[in-house]
Amino acid sequence: MREQLIRPYGDTWNDGRVQLSFTLPLPAGAQAQEAARRLASQMGLDDVQIVHSKDLRDFTFFIVYGSCRHSVDLTTLPAVPAAEPPMDFEEINAFIAEKIGRKVVVVGACTGTDAHTVGLDAIMNMKGYKGEYGLERYPMFETYNLGSQIPNEMLLQKAVEVQADAVLVSQVVTQRNVHIQNLTELVELAEAEGLRPKLIMVVGGPRIDRILAAELGFDAGFGPGTTARDVAGFLAKEVARRLERGE
Amino acid sequence: MVNQLLQIDQKQVERARELAVQIARDIQREIDEVTTVSIERTVARLFGIDGTNSEGVPLPNVVVDQVAAAGKLHRGIAFWLANAVAALGKTPQEVAEACAGDLSLCSLEIQPPARVEQVLAEYTQRALEAIARQRQTREELKARLGTGPEPLKYVIVASGNIFEDVKQAQAAARHGADIIAVIRTTAQSLLDYVPYGTTTEGFGGTYATQANFRLMRQALDEVGEELGRYIQLVNYCSGLCMPEIAAMGALERLDMMLNDAMYGILFRDINMDRTFADQHFSRMINAYAGIIINTGEDNYLTTADAYEQAHTVLASNFINERLALQAGLRPWQLGLGHAFELDPKLPNGFLYELAMAQTVRQIFPASPLKYMPPTKYMTGDIFMGHVQNAMFNLASVLTGQSIHLLGMLTEAIHTPYLSDRILSLENAKYVMENARDLGREITFKPDGLIQKRSEEIVAKTVAFLEEIAQLGLKRAISQGYFADIKRPPAGGKGREGVVRKGIDYVNPFMERLGRELGLQAAEGGKRS
Repeated sequence: MREQLIRPYGDTWNDGRVQLSFTLPLPAGAQAQEAARRLASQMGLDDVQIVHSKDLRDFTFFIVYGSCRHSVDLTTLPAVPAAEPPMDFEEINAFIAEKIGRKVVVVGACTGTDAHTVGLDAIMNMKGYKGEYGLERYPMFETYNLGSQIPNEMLLQKAVEVQADAVLVSQVVTQRNVHIQNLTELVELAEAEGLRPKLIMVVGGPRIDRILAAELGFDAGFGPGTTARDVAGFLAKEVARRLERGE
Repeated sequence: MVNQLLQIDQKQVERARELAVQIARDIQREIDEVTTVSIERTVARLFGIDGTNSEGVPLPNVVVDQVAAAGKLHRGIAFWLANAVAALGKTPQEVAEACAGDLSLCSLEIQPPARVEQVLAEYTQRALEAIARQRQTREELKARLGTGPEPLKYVIVASGNIFEDVKQAQAAARHGADIIAVIRTTAQSLLDYVPYGTTTEGFGGTYATQANFRLMRQALDEVGEELGRYIQLVNYCSGLCMPEIAAMGALERLDMMLNDAMYGILFRDINMDRTFADQHFSRMINAYAGIIINTGEDNYLTTADAYEQAHTVLASNFINERLALQAGLRPWQLGLGHAFELDPKLPNGFLYELAMAQTVRQIFPASPLKYMPPTKYMTGDIFMGHVQNAMFNLASVLTGQSIHLLGMLTEAIHTPYLSDRILSLENAKYVMENARDLGREITFKPDGLIQKRSEEIVAKTVAFLEEIAQLGLKRAISQGYFADIKRPPAGGKGREGVVRKGIDYVNPFMERLGRELGLQAAEGGKRS
């Protein structure tokens, strides 16, 4: 069963060879050299070779090779379900072009008294967030970022005007749970206007999660760390799903 | 001397410049009609107002907000401050501190015009002298210490903590960096005030504050003396506080500013009227301070395709050039931006990169072009990334670029580690020294791929500018002409901060700078 014990592969089965590079905040010299060797050893490397070190004045940069002592026993890993990999930027656009055949229209706003657009901008603005482009950059999304302090009525009015598939609501300020009241109001208003079934309603913010969003009557909720890709992927699939069901 | 590797049709270049003049003239007419809260806060800063009230609101905001709330900003904050100085016998700073209490500027009795004029002249002179001194210091330091050979190696620090930034900047300089940019924290561009004091927290960057500017300037001066090379400092003269940052940078001797006429509109959804007015005043200050601006056309290619949209970059270079000249900047101060962003899988992509880089170089021979590295097609594969950057370095030295922003092998992963920056500097030094004079040894084949691509870009640029001149710049932007982004003229952030100038509007800096920079009368402070 040796195949179940996995170590890195250099040029021979399970030789454990790895390369790493790091900088120590020490001036170059014997002390830094020894510190690097010791550190690599503590990281689990045998036969540590410092193949390159560079004096960066108060710092020293190292490139190190070694053989990793550790191995992974595959039989001890939990069974990983074959999850559908999330789509990337290109895939999402291609998916929409193929399955929906037109742009997905999204209206976003920070509603009520909220003036903090940082979350909404992270999802919608071109530049995006964490290296993920915002929805505006997706050729297959048509987006309207209304900005901050938008009354619920105005958001829905814009959604009707541009025949939006979805509205994105960002709520950052949450003192005394004012966001909950405001979000509930939005859903009620959409229902009263008969828009709710036609509109995918999404909420995001630091205090939002899927469960809270569902409780408030939204289709999805996105919390901290969300990128535009997560939202774009969800919207693409949800619009396609609704189309398929003829909604 | 720019190497003439390509044949460029000068008639088309002249036509492009004529069109840019026409496009910019229309925008300038609107710029001259308005002021903004940020322009007024800049005047307050130049009068020496600094610090915050007890709630942490910067005093320039306190005085401008007070006058705006009274509906009297159309007269200019300079008037109200000078009037208060004349009435109370205090300095502008003391007046602002009193405003943080219960002083109301607009309730003071209006002082005799001659007395107000005298105060205005005194404080304007004082500020301009301080800026001129910094400019002279820079010129002396540059002359004594020298700068590195072009392309100048420009790196970024972005730890969020100014004290860490200082260490990293000094380390980078010791390994060959010529220019240090301190990246701003996410979303500072949308703050309608400039934070105060030194800062140690930020997300993906460090707050631009006057205290942070000063710390970094000092650190770079120190390391510059040690190395015998003047190290230049860059920050971001962009966003809702564009002219305020210009004033801070002028006073703290920054050397370059990212300062684009349209970036805020396109990429930050800032209102057009606000941006155009702010960029104009900020550029007048940069012009007087001897600061080199960097324009942001490289950003277009992160949203639009670099092959299809190359001409939009060149067209925007022409527009940015014209708007900058109109604000008194000289060609040597224009770091016009472009980028190495073609898909690495494109066959002959490197040839097309050379075509673009050399075309821009020959069209703007007197300007220090800002060349930006690959970002769009950088992945987590740092080994491949290092090779992409080497190709970029080669294109840059071959085509004689001036300001070369180093690509980082970890571009798509994190803000650079200390070692990333040094690996990039080693890469650039190797390639640039190894191929130092290659551009002087070659020309491109008259009927070759590179020449043809250049002709295509120039022809498309002229056609594109013709369309924009027809439409007007604002409508062109609203129709998605740049970066595939549409922004409505009446939309965007900061619109409420745009104020129509009154017939009695006073801005002594605009007047004085207009004169000093040799701008036309219409661009002085008074409404034309």
